[in-house]
Parts: sequence; C-alpha cells; structure tokens
Amino acid sequence: MADASIIPAGITGMFDLLSPVAPGWGANLLRGLVRSLQIAFGAFGMGLIIGTFGSYAKLYGGPIARDLAAVYTTLVRAIPELVMIILLYYAGTDLINRILEGLGYQRVDISGLVAGIVVLGFVQGAYATEVLRGAIKAIPQGEIEAARAYGMSPVLMMRRVTLPAMLPHALPGLANLWLISTKDTALLAVVGFSELTLETRQAAGTTKAYMTFYLAAGALYLFITLFSSVILEWVEKRARRGMPSVKEAR
Amino acid sequence: MTANVAVAADPLQPGAAEQAEAIHIENLHKRFGALEVLKGVSMSAKDGDVVAMIGGSGSGKSTFLRCINFLENPTSGVIRINGEDVKMVSDGHGGQVPANRRQIERIRSRLGMVFQNFNLWQHMTLIQNVIEVPVHVLGMRRDEAMAIGEQLLERVGLSAKRDVYPAYMSGGQQQRGAIARALAIQPRVMLFDEPTSALDPELVGEVLKVIADLAKEGRTMLLVTHEMKFAREVASHVMYLHNGIVEEEGPPEQLFGSPKSERLKQFIRTVS
Repeated sequence: MADASIIPAGITGMFDLLSPVAPGWGANLLRGLVRSLQIAFGAFGMGLIIGTFGSYAKLYGGPIARDLAAVYTTLVRAIPELVMIILLYYAGTDLINRILEGLGYQRVDISGLVAGIVVLGFVQGAYATEVLRGAIKAIPQGEIEAARAYGMSPVLMMRRVTLPAMLPHALPGLANLWLISTKDTALLAVVGFSELTLETRQAAGTTKAYMTFYLAAGALYLFITLFSSVILEWVEKRARRGMPSVKEAR
Repeated sequence: MTANVAVAADPLQPGAAEQAEAIHIENLHKRFGALEVLKGVSMSAKDGDVVAMIGGSGSGKSTFLRCINFLENPTSGVIRINGEDVKMVSDGHGGQVPANRRQIERIRSRLGMVFQNFNLWQHMTLIQNVIEVPVHVLGMRRDEAMAIGEQLLERVGLSAKRDVYPAYMSGGQQQRGAIARALAIQPRVMLFDEPTSALDPELVGEVLKVIADLAKEGRTMLLVTHEMKFAREVASHVMYLHNGIVEEEGPPEQLFGSPKSERLKQFIRTVS
C-alpha cells in the first residue's frame, strides 16, 4: 500500500493514529480537550466570583476585609503557579480529609475535576481581583454617586451600575485571564489529572509518535484560542455599545 | 429663616396650597479633617419654594446641598426631610453616620438630584436612564415608567434622543436628560448642584429654560448656582454663603437690589 500511494506512508499513518476510533488515539485527545475546557470554564467562573468579592473588599471593605484581600492577592501572585497547584492539590485534599476524620467522618475521594477547578480558580481569583479593581476605578465616579443619590441599595447598585459600567474596562484583562486559564489546565498534568496535555503525553509515549500528537495538541489549544477570540470580540463590542469608537477620538 | 414664596403658586398644585415644609435644616456643621466647611447653616423650604444658594468657590454651598441627601455625612445638625427626622449615630471618629441605611435610601429616592457633570449612566440609553430608578428602586411597572419617561423626554425636548447613549449627546442635551431622570422619580424636591457650570456658554440657555419652566409650575427646588441673573429671576429666596455661614439671605429683589453686607456687595460686583 505504501509504495502505490501518492501520500507518503508517514502521513497516512499519522491520520490513523489520530483517528477517533481505536486503535487511533483521537478519542483520548478529545476527551482530554473536554476535561481541559471544563476545568478552564470552572476555574475562570470561580475566579470571577472571587475577583468580584476581592475587588469590592479592596475598594470598599473595612480594614479587616482589605487586609485579608491584600494578603490573598499578594501570596497567590507571589508563589509560582505550579508550586501553588501541587501544594493546594495534595495539601488541600489532605487537609480536608484530616478535618473530616477529626470530626469523625469517612475520608472522601475528591474528584480530580473539582480539585482542579478549585485550585486553578483560587489562583485566577487573585488576578481577577486586580483586573476588576482597576476596572471599577476606571468608571467615572459620578455615575456611582448618581446611583447613590437616587437611593439604590448597595446590591442593586452593584448589579445595575457598577458591574455593567466596569465591564468594558475589565474585558481586555479578563480575556487574558480566560486564555491563561485554558493553558494553566496543562499544569494539572503534574498531579495526574487526565487533561489534554497528559492524554497527549500518554498517546505519544505509547506510540512513540511524539511529533504527531504534540502537533495535534498544539492545534487543539490554538483552536480554543481562536474560537475564544471570536466570542470575546463580540462580548466586548456589546459591552462598549454606549461608548464611541476610540478611533474617532484619535 | 423661612423662605417666602415669591413665585405665584399654581392653585392646581395640591402641595403648593398646603405649604408643608419639605426640607428643614438646623445648625448644620460639616468638617473635613481640620477644615470646617459648614459652620452652622440653617434653612427651610416649603412646598413650592425655589431657594437659590450663591457664594464664591469654597463657600460650602455645594457641600451643603450634598449633605441634604447624605452624599456627604454632616458632622452635626438636624436634617428633617418630608417631615421625617434623619437619625444619625456616631461613627467613632468624631463624626456621625446615618443610623438606618434604608431610611436614607427612601429619602434619597424622593429627592431629584441634578449634578454639575450630568452623571448619566453611560451604559444605558437615555430612556433607560430615565426609567431606571422608577422601575428598580421605586418598583413601578415598566410600561408605566416608560410612558412617564417618554412624556418627560418630550417636555425637555429630547424625544428624538430616546434611544441614544449619553456619550453621543451634547452637554446641554445630557443635562436636560439628567433633569428628566430626576423628574421621573416624582421628587418632592429637586436639588441642582451647579447645573450649568460644566456647559459651553451657548448650551447654558437651553438648560436654564427647562429649570425656569419647573420653577413656574411651582416645583420645590434647591439650586446652587453661579448664574446670578437666573437666580434673581426664578428664586423665591436667596441665600448667600461665605466661609461656611449664611452671610445674608432674603427675597431676591432685596438681596440683589439692596445688599447689606459688604462682602455680598463685593461678590455681586465681581460676578456681574
């Protein structure tokens, strides 16, 4: 077959290896991709929630809330993410089990997915705190004052004025965080979570087709980024709908 | 201390006939650190009164206005709005803060504030700005708020700008829109904080005309302004503030026609 075909044997072999049906490894890679996306979504969402509370604590909180937020963002941003992940993943699950045992409960198996989301979300939250804090400071403060002057409660003001008004300022930073979040999932390979990178390593190690599988994984990561850019561009356009184009001011 | 009603009260306005006291303030002090901005200012406004506050920069007139809806917390003094005494508690640093947030929110939602810099919400269209507080704070039905909002926009001459974002409107249009937003809450009192100071000279007239129309229909208003001629025309009572105290006050003819205090005489000469 190889000598009759115009396509070199290497290429057809490559597609065989990437086929989604056995003996191809495509299904494993796609499963890894889905897991990576689940973690990235979860971590980014959790980061946004932590970031909202963190930025409010830093901007409007009392002395204790401000200090807690400052310690959190400083520590998380100072420690390398890989160290943070190993630390939280092993130490964190161990701590939870020790507490459970101490209270007389059974040890639990914490699923890799949940642990991964919590660990990465905790890291994302620190960066999101700073992104959102900057964005809230960029709102013309008169708009916040107007909301106050018309009797809005703090929660209503956050929902109707502060968050929608800061969104256009936050989106470029949040877009960065989302893309970092998709790639940080690869760090979970070190703790044995089968996301895209670990699946790729296993496929490549078994078949010795390193080039093929790592190129395929690279293409999948690139696909995530390109698809995200389209969505993010649309979201930013919508969030900025009340603002004149920056080009007009040039 | 009580302001006289120089503007002919519209007999059809129920509030104007009763002459209830809308705002009553006694001996208001405000201190920013070592700086005492207000040193005991008192005033009273009945329904239908138009009180103008004039004075040089740093006289405390804007701070006084902002204390009325607690954008600034007064250091001491009595504030009674709609006949309701605002309860204050000590903040532990020599000042005081409102005891009850909901009371403040309720009072604020009945005071229509118009700012120097308009402060329209930039992420909402004009009509969304106008119906925001009626719908989300006062709990009015959306279609009802919309109908009132459209009427108000027509009144300030902005029907065509209904679905336009504030960034695409001129300063005068934004300020007229901000007045419509304030009117939409059906306020007991309108508070104007130097409403024309941020406007280009050719846009001042359109905003003043809207405010003058409101005065004519007997709306209760507190107006901090630099427009002396305008204050003289629309106000029923004028207060001249200097260094945090009321230097002189009275009906506009008296205050501008025959000022007693030397400082006021000088102030009138320099601004006119």
